[in-house]
Amino acid sequence: MATQSDRPRQSREHEAFLSSLARRRMVVSVARALILAAFVVLWEVAARRGWINAFVVSQPSRAFATAVSMARRGELWLHLGMTVGETAIGFTVGTLIGIVAAVLLWWSDLLSDILDPYIVVLNSIPKVALGPIFIVWLGTTVTAIIAMAIAISVVVTIMMVYVGFRQVDPDRVKLLRTFGATRLQILSKVVLPASVPVMIAALKVNVGLSMVGTIVGEFLVSKAGLGFLIVYGGQVFNMSLVMSSVILLSIVSVLLYYGVSALERAVMRTRG
Amino acid sequence: MSGGANVAGVDDPGGRASAIGLDRVWMIYHTREAETAALAQMSLEVAPQEFVAVVGPSGCGKSTVLSLVAGLIKPTSGSVEVCGETVTGPSGHVGYMLQQDCLYEWRTILGNALLGLEVQRAVTRESVAVVRRMLNAYGLGEFENHYPCHLSGGMRQRAALVRTLATRPDVLLLDEPLSALDYQTRLEVSEDLYRIMRAEGLTVLMVTHDISEAIAMSDRVLVMSRRPGRIKSSHKINLTCERQTPIGRREAPEFRAYFNAIWKELTADGHAVGSAPAIART
Ligand SMILES: Nc1ncnc2c1ncn2[C@@H]1O[C@H](COP(=O)(O)OP(=O)(O)OP(=O)(O)O)[C@@H](O)[C@H]1O
Ligand SMILES: [Mg+2]
Repeated sequence: MATQSDRPRQSREHEAFLSSLARRRMVVSVARALILAAFVVLWEVAARRGWINAFVVSQPSRAFATAVSMARRGELWLHLGMTVGETAIGFTVGTLIGIVAAVLLWWSDLLSDILDPYIVVLNSIPKVALGPIFIVWLGTTVTAIIAMAIAISVVVTIMMVYVGFRQVDPDRVKLLRTFGATRLQILSKVVLPASVPVMIAALKVNVGLSMVGTIVGEFLVSKAGLGFLIVYGGQVFNMSLVMSSVILLSIVSVLLYYGVSALERAVMRTRG
Repeated sequence: MSGGANVAGVDDPGGRASAIGLDRVWMIYHTREAETAALAQMSLEVAPQEFVAVVGPSGCGKSTVLSLVAGLIKPTSGSVEVCGETVTGPSGHVGYMLQQDCLYEWRTILGNALLGLEVQRAVTRESVAVVRRMLNAYGLGEFENHYPCHLSGGMRQRAALVRTLATRPDVLLLDEPLSALDYQTRLEVSEDLYRIMRAEGLTVLMVTHDISEAIAMSDRVLVMSRRPGRIKSSHKINLTCERQTPIGRREAPEFRAYFNAIWKELTADGHAVGSAPAIART
């Protein structure tokens, strides 16, 4: 039959298409890995041959050795734990406070009208400039660092989430009102659930922002954390310590970001 | 509750009270830019279990009428009654279906269908069983645990209908409920809607832009004037045909005459209705 001879031909073409996709994906991954490897190798070779000053720019083998010895002594986990903990508390609390504030603004149009210019001003202040204030108020403590991480993420969250609330389809709200819904029911049954994607987007932004807040906070006050290691390493001219901390920091921030992305995928899977 | 219409009938010494009554209603919207009179001296009566369609030019106040009956807005003056009671806010008497199905994508079909009952705190084992029976009856039984994104447009609109009927309204308001669907689906869903309305003995007030649809589905077609809106004319529809379904009714010999009369009314203002010429050809 004609259809029987047609089918395998189509599926062969589809197979070819799929394998070309797979080839392409492989080329991309290999190229990415090669770039990283080339960079590390070039850095190492340049430092060993004396093309660059290893004292100033360090070199991969030394940075790695530094990280390994810190790990052996157990210090590494303390510093990593501090930074990750402060950042995680920062973006979680910052996002929650931001959502609560956005709910209040949504609840009262009058309040949001009144507060509008203040939010604009708060948003435009570079939050790291508030660091010294937090230190005076809260002391040279972990609390001051976390306050920094929260401050930097909270205003953005308020603005993003409030805009999200206002963009909820008015017909969906109208539908709920026809059932006689109260304002609280409108909030809990449509406005909040419809804004979950926006809240996750805010969380994603806040992972990066809180990290900045944490590191700046650690620069200013701390006795532990990757930010502390970077500053300390700079002061004693231990560039291997600085470089290994920066590398660890980038790994940590990527992992946190992927963590939130995984959360996002898990939530979105139920929504189509 | 479905006894509402009867209770109103008992109250009224003259016999059957109207299910919906607007009496000399003015509706004026105020915005920063302007004051808009949407309805002027609008009066309207719909008898219990009557199916009334409303057609009129864009922006003449059709949706405003439905919002008033649903209790979402208050008239500037005049009175609005549903089942013999003055409307002061949303009540259990009225179910409202919008143009978009407005299914919530984070809820399953069953979850969506139960929305109204949840809001009214009326979710019980019995009411859930009733809703599930309705989903079954309308061909959605096997999809009750699916999310809306997996359903076709027609199925979604049927799910929206179940959600509306779940709270057992006496009066159903439909605001262009089919206009988001493609023509084929639209005919199918209008058959379903018609059958269900008649079976449940509901009073229906339906806004549409489609004159054929209005004639095919309703007992009476009201034509509204341009803004500020009021009822310009009322056309009682009597069709002689074998099958009293929207598709069957379109074959009736009188159909054409009704269509032309209403079409003339609508364009008499020198103001054509956007979608009507296309329909006139079919
Ligand atoms: N909330 C509101 N505030 C101010 N003006 C409004 C409001 N709602 C409606 N209007 C105005 O009142 C008039 C009637 O609106 P309505 O939505 O009832 O018309 P409609 O007949 O349903 O129109 P359409 O055919 O476009 O659906 C329009 O001119 C509209 O701009
Ligand atoms: Mg409308």
